Amino acid sequence: MAQMTMIQAITDAMRNELRNDPNVLVFGEDVGLNGGVFRATEGLQAEFGEERVFDTPLAESGIGGLAIGLGLQGFRPVMEIQFFGFVYEVMDAVAGQMARMRYRSGGRYHSPVTIRSPFGGGVHTPELHADSLEGLVAQQPGLKVVIPSTPYDAKGLLISAIRDNDPVVFLEHMKLYRSFRQEVPEEEYMIPIGKADVKREGTDMSIITYGAMVHESLKAAEELEKEGHSVEVVDLRTIMPFDIETIIASVEKTGRVIVVQEAQRQAGMASQIVAEINERAILSLEAPVLRVTAPDTVFAFSQAESVWLPNYKDVIEAAKKVLTF
Amino acid sequence: MASKTKKTTKADALQQLEKIEDQFQTLQILNEEGEIVNEAAMPDLTNEQLQELMTRMVYTRILDQRSISLNRQGRLGFYAPTAGQEASQLASQFALEKEDFILPGYRDVPQLIWHGLPLAQAFLFSRGHFKGNQMPEGVNVISPQIIIGAQYIQAAGVALGMKKRGAKSVAITYTGDGGASQGDFYEGINFAGAYKAPAIFIVQNNRFAISTPVEKQSAAKTIAQKAVAAGIPGIQVDGMDPLAVYAAVSEARERAVNGEGPTLIETLTYRYGPHTMAGDDPTRYRSSDLDNEWEKKDPLVRFRKFLEKKDLWNEEKENEVIEKAKEDIKEAIKIADETAKQKVTDLMSIMYEEMPPHLQEQYEIYKEKESK
Repeated sequence: MAQMTMIQAITDAMRNELRNDPNVLVFGEDVGLNGGVFRATEGLQAEFGEERVFDTPLAESGIGGLAIGLGLQGFRPVMEIQFFGFVYEVMDAVAGQMARMRYRSGGRYHSPVTIRSPFGGGVHTPELHADSLEGLVAQQPGLKVVIPSTPYDAKGLLISAIRDNDPVVFLEHMKLYRSFRQEVPEEEYMIPIGKADVKREGTDMSIITYGAMVHESLKAAEELEKEGHSVEVVDLRTIMPFDIETIIASVEKTGRVIVVQEAQRQAGMASQIVAEINERAILSLEAPVLRVTAPDTVFAFSQAESVWLPNYKDVIEAAKKVLTF
Repeated sequence: MASKTKKTTKADALQQLEKIEDQFQTLQILNEEGEIVNEAAMPDLTNEQLQELMTRMVYTRILDQRSISLNRQGRLGFYAPTAGQEASQLASQFALEKEDFILPGYRDVPQLIWHGLPLAQAFLFSRGHFKGNQMPEGVNVISPQIIIGAQYIQAAGVALGMKKRGAKSVAITYTGDGGASQGDFYEGINFAGAYKAPAIFIVQNNRFAISTPVEKQSAAKTIAQKAVAAGIPGIQVDGMDPLAVYAAVSEARERAVNGEGPTLIETLTYRYGPHTMAGDDPTRYRSSDLDNEWEKKDPLVRFRKFLEKKDLWNEEKENEVIEKAKEDIKEAIKIADETAKQKVTDLMSIMYEEMPPHLQEQYEIYKEKESK
């Protein structure tokens, strides 16, 4: 096993799939010679050639449409949107077109496309780079949305995403790219899409979360442990379809829940999760389910992002309300 | 005179534009009287092929008339009339091979039918039944695109895929004059050009995007000249002239399969009817003078004259085609009527390859509802 950062694990997954299946193509802006702006595709063009790993003209909608067309010809496109804030430019191709390809063709065609894209706050980007827009794609039937929080999960989930015959949006939190290393097997392995992972077991309260907030939640759980509270942290890993079964099992065990998302509060994943808990496990609850989110503005200008972004202190604050209710 | 008094500058951008625009002339082979006016450009078609092309145009005109009346009777749903555009639609499809892939706009159902889509499915598509979109194996088409222009960039992708496979085929896509204003139009022709992908981009310029006249879409004198910006060949053809359309598409196809990349073709045409049968009233934005002027250019009229002079067509032949079309339509409507009603559970089962648990739960609920 090797120690890998998340970005290395992502590159490793793509390399594995390029070797595994000649129909896999990797493309996007600057992904070829340059290896991507974060070096996610470092070395792939050199190893697999320009036919399979290539640069595109600078047009996100074009990249999405190209992926659809290549999918119709039996390829398995892995396209990159350079930053997920640019998704608005390709929203029709992603949500209007590939998401409904199987449906609108009565099952005759499908879009086996993986859309990789960096997102997430805490790295002082200009506007429209860091925004948490996963809710936009999670609302669209036909799309699957994966957000890994660790290098190990990133590799196994990306391999699953590429092999999936439906479009998968694979969102990579920029702050997690190089923030820590983890043991990652060099051989291939798959983590099923739609399965959560209990990152920390506990009995007094559950935190349901995903992405970078997994780490804030784990830190909060450690702090709360010092005060005698046993807190469970459920990392969804896939936000659509999300693992209702694991959430409900955790809720039934602890009876107290908070849901943490980095995104702004309005119409977000956290609301969807709270609704599922209400419908399925309200009698197990000892306290209202609270949300920890960013406020309802567009993503903060970078000098204010440390306050705008939810952090472990915000998680602790909400947790205490729920624990003492 | 004007050019003499005009101030000349070293960076005469205007002159560059005028030079380019002057070069985009309309290709015509068969004039309104059914006379060949450009012998050199005449495509290589046998008598049987000429008759077949006429057969398809007559058949499709009848299909359009019947579809409009079926729509009025409530027996068809969404329908975008095609009369006037037969040369543009059918002569372009006639230049294709079966392995070529068509990505149509919403008015381009006739090309799909002549590429192999059973008529009954075209009617199911109109009625809003998913079986109408379920293209049979071996029929290389996708159902009509609703988002104007989205098919252009997908065509670049299909074409790039063909190139990567080493296939000797092309992707062909259609939009209208309005579609040529969309970002995806430019991205599509630009991507295909950059990758030298075997694509044919057709703009059927029927002068109106619903009600907005082409003059308000762009300052460009032609849509064909937009090819220049993408660095690909572009040509404007008389879209009421089946021979000109056929010639332009065949040449584009030949270049594409020879690895020479994509072509943009603008066909000057006209839709006689409304935008769709859902309440559009063309008298609000088109004068009857303009309608009359274009009806004089009718593709069937001129092609009929041409073929009659060559003794390849007569009233008897025409009536045979009309009768055949009417019979086929009757039969296809019957098949459409007999097709099992679609269920919400059918739709749930084609959302993903494998139904995720939340949808599975909803499936059980609708299965119960629909069993009553």
